[in-house]
Amino acid sequence: MSGGNSVDNTVIRIQDAVVSYREDVALQGVSLEVRKGEFIGVIGPNGAGKTTLLTVVNGLGRLVQGQAVVLGLPVNGRNGIKLRRRIGYVAQVENIDPRLPISVRETVMVGCYGRLGLFHRPAPAQWEAVDRVLKMVGIAHLSHRPIGHLSGGEYQRAAIARALIQQPEILLLDEPTASIDLQAQKEILGLIQLIHSEYHMTTLFVTHDLRQLPSICHRLVLMKEGKIWKQGSPESTLRDEILSQLYGAPVSTHSQSTVAY
Amino acid sequence: METSILQYQFMRSAIVAGLCGGITCSTIGVFVVTMHLSFIGVCIAHAAFAGALLGVWLGFDPLIGALLFSLASAAVIGPMADRGELNPDTSIGIVFSLMLGLAFLFMGMMPGAKTDALNLFWGSILTVSRENLIFLAIVTGVVIGLVVVFYKEIQAVICHRQVALAVGIPATLIFYGLLFSTGVIVTASLQSIGGLLIYSLILNPAAAAYQITYSLKRMLLIAVVFGVISCWVGLAASYFLDLPSGAAIVVTSSAIFGLATAFSPKRKVKRWQQAQVAG
Repeated sequence: MSGGNSVDNTVIRIQDAVVSYREDVALQGVSLEVRKGEFIGVIGPNGAGKTTLLTVVNGLGRLVQGQAVVLGLPVNGRNGIKLRRRIGYVAQVENIDPRLPISVRETVMVGCYGRLGLFHRPAPAQWEAVDRVLKMVGIAHLSHRPIGHLSGGEYQRAAIARALIQQPEILLLDEPTASIDLQAQKEILGLIQLIHSEYHMTTLFVTHDLRQLPSICHRLVLMKEGKIWKQGSPESTLRDEILSQLYGAPVSTHSQSTVAY
Repeated sequence: METSILQYQFMRSAIVAGLCGGITCSTIGVFVVTMHLSFIGVCIAHAAFAGALLGVWLGFDPLIGALLFSLASAAVIGPMADRGELNPDTSIGIVFSLMLGLAFLFMGMMPGAKTDALNLFWGSILTVSRENLIFLAIVTGVVIGLVVVFYKEIQAVICHRQVALAVGIPATLIFYGLLFSTGVIVTASLQSIGGLLIYSLILNPAAAAYQITYSLKRMLLIAVVFGVISCWVGLAASYFLDLPSGAAIVVTSSAIFGLATAFSPKRKVKRWQQAQVAG
């Protein structure tokens, strides 16, 4: 667990955030502080508000109440677009049209477009950077393949490459290993841990499945019914009685790979 | 024979109208097809048609009516599809049927002969007015310019809209820009292609190009070539065989789509994907 209470180190500060989608309240008074370089696991059952928490950070979720300051900027409509250029986001594998007219290399380059801004074209150096990142995530050989032709694991590697090419200060990972096979899950988790150990990016990793929780989490945030129910070190929170209460069903860490901590 | 076609001013105008209509409709078609928003395009096309008929009925310029109605429908349909309060198919279907209903209502209220209104149904590339041709040429220039300038944003939005939003591209602005462009293009091409037929010129060349390539740049070029060929073949059929030009354009573009699908290299992909699912 990363120590220190330096206020200057706080990159995400959310206070009493309330987010609602029509009649559903997705977040109910959530407060969270994240320090620079922390790797935070956000766990909880489906519908707990985990993804909504990420959208508060990158400004896509609209706060009904409360406030959020990310990378020193208050999150609002005006700052949202500026912030998203500095925040990498990897969602879970989407169902993509195999005929989509865009290659893996072009898809990864999309990560640069926000920072590049309107009226600017990517320079050759940026294409070279894309090739380097593709090599790093292990899919350089697929760079000219249409994006719709990749397997789930390969697609997530491309999505991670796209987030990395942004040179983000914060990385948001929303169930990045959901809906892909076990071997690919392991590889993607390994890649995420490798990236963190190399770049020390502040990372929020959301998952509902404890088996997919990376072992490098400094802190775990346990969410339930739109609230942060508990938070603390993995050692203090990954206990059978706590997890069983969180998920509303008996959970045994002994049967999960999380015991590998 | 070609010389004999070109000796008439109306034929020269028609060739230019076919070129511009082919370029603009196919270009916007590429965006609509790639985003799987074909029905939204149909809806905007019919809104333009209804607006133009209102203009004919009330005696103002049909182009203004078409422009207002198509832009208004884009402004209504976009948020409807985005918010997901209703199933997009349902909400767009309701707007679509309303537009068609209004079109027939305005036509029914028109006194006297309905020649002008019927022209808007079928279009007539051979009688396109000078003003309309200038408007169409300006729209074509602006569309080409916008696609060149905003190519990277358009590519990101039509292929990965949610990703585009998450990396800080003004994705919603680009999306609405594309919907409004559809409205303006339909308006500009209405007189030459016709309100009931224009949509096939938007959809067919782009859908054919979608079968052929995985590169967006190539897809745009192929779609434009198919669109212009469709227009010019329709024009030739109209001139030499005395067939209705709009209908000939639709039949040609449909035939191109049929051929592109039959010989599509992407059919293998579909089989490959089915094999993966089965495996």
